[in-house]
Amino acid sequence: MDPRLVTALEALVGVPLVLVGYIMATEYLVRMARGRWRDRIRPWLWLTPALVILTSFLIAPTIQTIWMSLHNKNGTLWQGLDNYAWFMNGPGIASLVNNVLWVVGLTMGTITIGLAVAVLADRVRYESVAKSILFMPMAISAVASGLIWKFMYWYQIAGTPQTGVLNEGLTHVGVAPVAFLTNPDYKITTFALIFVMVWMWTGFSMVIISASLKSISPELLEAARVDGATEWQVFRGITLPLLAPTLAVVSTTMIITALKTFDLVYTLTANGSYDTQVIANEMYNQYFKFNNDGRGATLAVVLLLIIIPVMLFNIRRFRAQEGIR
Amino acid sequence: MTSTSAAPSQAKGGFGLRRLRWPVHLTLGVLLFIWLMPTIGVFINSFRSADAINTSGWWTIFTNPGGLTVDNYSQVIGQEDLGSKFLNSLYITIPATVIPTMIAAFSAYAFAWMRFPGKNLLFLLLVALIVIPLQTTFIPIGQFFNNFLGTGTNINGSFLAVWLAHTAYGLPFAIYLLRNFMADLPREVLESAYIDGASPVQAFFRLALPMSVPAIASLVIFQFVFVWNDLLVSLIFIGPNTENQPLTQALSSLVSSYGSGWQYLAAAGFVAMIVPLMVFLALQRYFVRGISSGSVKG
Repeated sequence: MDPRLVTALEALVGVPLVLVGYIMATEYLVRMARGRWRDRIRPWLWLTPALVILTSFLIAPTIQTIWMSLHNKNGTLWQGLDNYAWFMNGPGIASLVNNVLWVVGLTMGTITIGLAVAVLADRVRYESVAKSILFMPMAISAVASGLIWKFMYWYQIAGTPQTGVLNEGLTHVGVAPVAFLTNPDYKITTFALIFVMVWMWTGFSMVIISASLKSISPELLEAARVDGATEWQVFRGITLPLLAPTLAVVSTTMIITALKTFDLVYTLTANGSYDTQVIANEMYNQYFKFNNDGRGATLAVVLLLIIIPVMLFNIRRFRAQEGIR
Repeated sequence: MTSTSAAPSQAKGGFGLRRLRWPVHLTLGVLLFIWLMPTIGVFINSFRSADAINTSGWWTIFTNPGGLTVDNYSQVIGQEDLGSKFLNSLYITIPATVIPTMIAAFSAYAFAWMRFPGKNLLFLLLVALIVIPLQTTFIPIGQFFNNFLGTGTNINGSFLAVWLAHTAYGLPFAIYLLRNFMADLPREVLESAYIDGASPVQAFFRLALPMSVPAIASLVIFQFVFVWNDLLVSLIFIGPNTENQPLTQALSSLVSSYGSGWQYLAAAGFVAMIVPLMVFLALQRYFVRGISSGSVKG
């Protein structure tokens, strides 16, 4: 048998058995403790597998990465904030600028189109089909989405038959074909990549906005209409304000997705050519190409620092929800 | 409802969306076209010969039909070895879905139904961990895998490395999702089980777990599609070891290498997409719920 299959089967059968055995065994041991100690020990035993993994693979590595960002390329020499100075003067700022473009483009794109589809589909009979079609790209990997759009953006020099849909369209209206994926001018390539991500994530924003839209009381909207408000006034004056908290939540997810962008840039522009590099790709370069752990760690910490406000926002929102529960 | 509500806005003479139906259909039609057409184009190209792909667009088959072939698929699965990469994706994804789900279920139950000091603080830490950038963990974990558990064995490049990484990365969200669902289970049912003398283990396996099946299904599908579609984690922890690479990695190197057969690329893309697309089409409800609970509770 294929040794890879054997390994996979071992993990698939062995680990669950060990986990169930562990929980059973701890219960057996807990029973031997005195009454009130049982309830004190038990929760921690149930949490142990998760806590061990989270501590050793998320928390401790994050602290270690912060430490590494203050050291030289192989962690042997304290460098203070030198790496951060390099970030400010080196390729860091260019990546950061691109990340900002991603945040703005992805958030605006997914929310505008997602909102439009949620509101419009609510009024037609083919609503569920429309939503399925829009949501489908969520199931496709960024790599495959990149591939799909590489065919859309495909470029042949002017005069030869175009094989990409967009350039065929441009040629038809008399515009010279554009090399969408190999053009640093005006950040064309960055915007082309951002649109692929909008295509992927609009379904997500649409589904959440749509759920929130359905929870708005129809009587409220009817009352406004009876009072003579136009559809646009109803939308601006009632629907949109009521959707605002949902839009904020969708925005946080989009901001994080945009900040963590990696796959599309890696796949479509060879890890950041044509002025498309973002922090995650620059980090990959520093870590793997240049073996510079200090700089790689610095880029990771910058990413973490930018994400912290979103983290705090999520915590606040969670506490508010728990208050209602 | 339409007939009663259309009247006032018409009486006002407003150019409301309700009155004018065609802009609604037109806008939706254009958007749906943009969302579907790229995938259909690649699907058509995956059945065209190299020559056809390089000299004309896929839309030409509507005016000039014929010449379709399945050669690209046999080529991709055999020659380009995508069949073996497909299996790797399965070998990586299934354990990396089952293991975190189980570990998360135990913790979620503890968070939802057991009392201990520091519970709220610990859970807030977990909420924070959901969005932590994976990048801040790569270098230390890579070093840890270099000398795994101090045994001197380097597990970078193995399935074990990605299983561990995906388990850790998936856990915070998994615990969050399951805990929120379990906390809403009916209190009476679980309490009556305790009164009847059931242990927490029994209450967990006989009641909490079966009652949480909808949430577990959403989580399993979410994690499965997430791991199946992952590129970054396998690039870091499997890296250049082609033997164990999943589909995404193989596909990514095909896409970035210019010049080599375009016809294979389209077919390769579909081989990589087929599993998550089937999951999406068959289990759409759970899939949507799993993904949207990442943003909104419930």
